[in-house]
Amino acid sequence: MAIVQVEGLSYTYPLAISPALQDINLSVEQGEFVAVIGANGAGKSTLCYTLAGFIPHFFKGNLQGSARVAGLDTSQTSLAEMVVRVGLVFQNPFNQISGAKFTVYEEIAFGLENIGLGRQEMKNRVEKVMALTGIADLAHRSPYALSGGQQQRVALASILVMEPEVLVLDEPTSQLDPIGTREVFQVIKEMSRQGITIVMAEHKLEWVAEFADRVIALAEGRMLLDGKPREVLVDPALPAGHIGISRYTSLARRATQQGLWPAGRRLPVTLDEAADGFREARRAA
Amino acid sequence: MAFARQDVRLEVEQLSFTYPAGVEALREVSLSIQSGERVAIIGQNGSGKTTLVRHFNGLLRPTRGRVLVGDWDTAAQSVAKLAARVGYVFQNPDDQLFCRNVQEEVAFGPANLGLAGECLQERVRDALKLTGLAGKEGINHYDLSATWRKMVALASILAMDTPIVVFDEPTTGQDAASVERIANIVEELGRRGKTVITITHDIDFCAENFSRVIAMKEGRILLDGSTRRVLAQEELLATTYVEPPQLARLGRRLGFPETVCTQDEFFEAYRSWRPGA
Repeated sequence: MAIVQVEGLSYTYPLAISPALQDINLSVEQGEFVAVIGANGAGKSTLCYTLAGFIPHFFKGNLQGSARVAGLDTSQTSLAEMVVRVGLVFQNPFNQISGAKFTVYEEIAFGLENIGLGRQEMKNRVEKVMALTGIADLAHRSPYALSGGQQQRVALASILVMEPEVLVLDEPTSQLDPIGTREVFQVIKEMSRQGITIVMAEHKLEWVAEFADRVIALAEGRMLLDGKPREVLVDPALPAGHIGISRYTSLARRATQQGLWPAGRRLPVTLDEAADGFREARRAA
Repeated sequence: MAFARQDVRLEVEQLSFTYPAGVEALREVSLSIQSGERVAIIGQNGSGKTTLVRHFNGLLRPTRGRVLVGDWDTAAQSVAKLAARVGYVFQNPDDQLFCRNVQEEVAFGPANLGLAGECLQERVRDALKLTGLAGKEGINHYDLSATWRKMVALASILAMDTPIVVFDEPTTGQDAASVERIANIVEELGRRGKTVITITHDIDFCAENFSRVIAMKEGRILLDGSTRRVLAQEELLATTYVEPPQLARLGRRLGFPETVCTQDEFFEAYRSWRPGA
């Protein structure tokens, strides 16, 4: 049984003229790592909000169809119940941080306090997750006196600490340096290996190619493509001008025009695939 | 329309800065940026990039050392006066925007510099056109998506026509079309003779659009030089959490003798490449 089951889902924000999502059907198995790609405005964040129940409970608007996540019907279940099973990491960490806490340590414990977890268990979890996300040294700093990248790690930690079954992330690495990005992707990949289901909106296609099990491309609120990264990321239907393509794919496309890419070989999405292709082309020449 | 061409050199001398809480964010940083240069500042989160550029327009003042913008010592000038020479686009547009609609927001800066009438309108139109905001003049920026709010923040600085423009992480959260628009803006500012300085984690954007790179680490300058030279220093860059751009990594994997940053450089190197040689 799929842990995420979305059927015929359409959604229009309050006062908006056109729908942000239209007729979305999506089924995700437990432990899958699904990346959601698409241009700005394609509906990635809206899909994230829908899976976590922020739509319709926080944003209101007009929702049709259904979304069941971790066994809960999102429109029938209160946010208070949802947050225990489904975690949402916001795109902008500044909007996620509670404003009610003076230190990073307390901020990360905030969600656990709200579900009434025991003190010792709370401390254990907070310390474990701070080590995992590389922010142990920030424990006593104010969550507001941090760099964008540090804030983003705090936002991630304060959701991971809830140990959700389904983790929804809206561009969680947008403000991180490249190696910070790699670390966060590795942490998320490890979560998925442990059986946590991941749905992640992301623009960084090379990272998606390397880490995700599956990619969904959204365009103007509709599902455009759904498949393995190596298939979706080189699909000609991808509106390259908006979503973009990986730099390896783009390079190989130009190489193809110049006769420098092996005939019939699939375009690359990762460094390994690009290197193999160019080596083969050189041997053939 | 005519744009002011001013030769304004940026000079940072032995700059150290300690935040009130005691964090020493910059340690004896010295650098010089000539008028018209395109410089990217890279380095890990917390390495001092934002602290450094906030000295350029006087938002921060040196604890020791000094910063000269042309003939002005920033320690002796108001932020309002420095705003005529250095435009600074914040990382988070929500820290910057406050007017009722896009038109007012973009006109605010140049109006404060004393522009009025048709001259002001022309500036605003030019900035809106560059950022793709033409037609959105009457919209409140809170009704725009984060992508477009970023463009409003950019436009409101471009409209001030300052000789030096500083971008703090312009490409975060932007899709491919928007990153390309930003690259075109950088290009256009270069044509107008402006100095463009950007902070970025997007190393591919840096490799493709900037000619000089400054890598920072723990409040100091780790590397400073031409983009190709700096991005070739893979091991040193790793110490400040920077990975080489993707094309450079591919070139290295294939065993190219030179670091390649752009597609053109890649194909040039590929043509003369003999595997195993």
